[in-house]
Amino acid sequence: MTENLITLLVELKEQDCLRVTGERLEAGEDPHKIVEDAREAMKIVGQRFADNVYFIPDLVYSGKILEQISEIVKPKLSQKSQPKRLGKFVIGSVAGDLHDIGKNLVSFMLDVSGFEVFDLGVDVPAQAFVDKIKEVEAEVLGLSGFLTSVYQAMKDTVEAVKTAGLRDQVKIMIGGGVMDDEVKKFSGADAYRPDAMAAVTLAKEWIGGA
Amino acid sequence: MADKTTENLERWCSGEGIDFINGEAEAAYKRRARRIADVIQLKIPDRVPIVPSFGMFPYLDNGLTCEEAVFDYEKAHQAAMKTLEEFEPDMFLGSGYAFPAPLFEALGYKQIRWPGQEIPAHYVYQFVEDEYVKAEEFYDHYLGDPSDFMLRVYLPRVCSQLTPLERIRPFAESFGYYLTMCGSYAYFGIPEVQEALKALMKAGEESLKWVSILGKQAEEIVSRGFPLFEGGESAAPYDLVGDWFRGTAGVMTDMYRCPDKLLAVMEKLVPISIKMGLDLAKDTGHPIIGFMLHKGADGFMSPEQFNTFYWPPLKKVMMGLIEEGFVPLLLCEGEYTSRLETIADIPKGKCIYWFEKVDWARAKEILGETVCIRGGVPASILFSGTVQQMKDCLKEVIDVVGKGGGLIVDCGLWFDEAKHENVKTMVEFTKEYGVYR
Repeated sequence: MTENLITLLVELKEQDCLRVTGERLEAGEDPHKIVEDAREAMKIVGQRFADNVYFIPDLVYSGKILEQISEIVKPKLSQKSQPKRLGKFVIGSVAGDLHDIGKNLVSFMLDVSGFEVFDLGVDVPAQAFVDKIKEVEAEVLGLSGFLTSVYQAMKDTVEAVKTAGLRDQVKIMIGGGVMDDEVKKFSGADAYRPDAMAAVTLAKEWIGGA
Repeated sequence: MADKTTENLERWCSGEGIDFINGEAEAAYKRRARRIADVIQLKIPDRVPIVPSFGMFPYLDNGLTCEEAVFDYEKAHQAAMKTLEEFEPDMFLGSGYAFPAPLFEALGYKQIRWPGQEIPAHYVYQFVEDEYVKAEEFYDHYLGDPSDFMLRVYLPRVCSQLTPLERIRPFAESFGYYLTMCGSYAYFGIPEVQEALKALMKAGEESLKWVSILGKQAEEIVSRGFPLFEGGESAAPYDLVGDWFRGTAGVMTDMYRCPDKLLAVMEKLVPISIKMGLDLAKDTGHPIIGFMLHKGADGFMSPEQFNTFYWPPLKKVMMGLIEEGFVPLLLCEGEYTSRLETIADIPKGKCIYWFEKVDWARAKEILGETVCIRGGVPASILFSGTVQQMKDCLKEVIDVVGKGGGLIVDCGLWFDEAKHENVKTMVEFTKEYGVYR
């Protein structure tokens, strides 16, 4: 294959990525190899973001390209070979908060970085976080919030985890527009991180053995 | 001859046309407005102005829920006036942050969720963003005829009660020879379209009720010696595209997929945004025109993208307002440290830059000779910090950013939940510690 899918995806060449994906499938290549390449590319995209070479639009656009590659490849994939995951991460916007742009970006970057992500969406009651942590035996909980109204909901969620006796098993990080270390302290979470890659890096420190 | 900004600020400071309750109120108004005019023009004022951007705080602090505040305009008004009386800020918005929920409900508006409906009653309303319009439905249509796009595509999409307006004919075709004209009016005879028009009328009534209360309230605020918060609102063209039509992810991908169309639409939005600000501000006679910047913060685009897509059209809008003597007030949401050099490229003494998160010392260093800086108190400290933390934080911002003037103390965003004593400290400590002479 003359054109490298990894390079094309890293360079955000949407049309070329889709064309090459199609060509490789037509040539009878193992679709898992294409998925691996895409994953490899996303690692580099993530690294560029962490290095301030890429910014949120680059992540978003790479995500859109990846989504289309996945759609082309998916029907040809067998069920086998789920890649080994680094750890389980439950994430959501806390009760009453409907914002999801930042949270989705964190979910996406965690996923492409190898975590098994359970994204509970927006307006997630404390109990739903607790139930999910129990169910999947998650190691990290990520709470997102964008309003001063939800500072209390952050704290309530951390409290609920504590009351359920899960606080020792799960590390908690918070993020979102109006969050900072002061809110971390108030809520009883373990850490605040300002962006998606910082969240990934911290999750790796906690459970991914980075 | 004084420039237009000075003329406009002087007119505002004079308090002409205001029916003050007494001489004391008149003197207080003039002192407060002068303080603001001084910091805008980078002159040293008598003390650092304090203008807390009360979001839902006045209602929560006075025992109302946010739900009550957005459904009962009179209650919201009463609560806001109590807050004014207690804190005596240098400028005051009134109850304008408590948007009239019934107006939006009449339209079946989808872009805001209201307290007490889908979110808790004590939470602020929330904007729900989405890719409401696809790129292929948006760019060409908007470029061709923005009003037609708004009426027949955008509003029907985001207001369930206005969906039938998709069916009417473009107004651009409704003149001319009578066969066309007579036929095009038939669409207004369709019962569903008529229902949509009734929804507009109902929304109009609610809007009128709300603005009437706010109009009376504004008179009361100024008559008691407090300048109003701002005279009008405008926006960054990139935000208009992203917030209303294409969504954050949508407008971001448009920078790669159709950069020329995005730039062309933003160019089209420049005069619209200028007029949007001027129309209201000329009515109110208030020189400050607010911008809430959403999508240009650090990380939200590369420096090249900021310098291509975000700043140039925004600067054109700001220049349009400055040329008319108005003062752009930019609320820079998110972190803004990496943008400082770029946004310093604006005429001196004509703007206020209001930061949520920034390296304050660097902001002062880069912008101090050019624009007035506003902010300094994180919402989180207002919410859960101690009085001592508040004082430490205020002292630092006044010492660093307030040095030689050019600072308005405020929270970095419209705050809702906050400790009463912390808000009190923000106001009183600034009044006491922020004195220059």
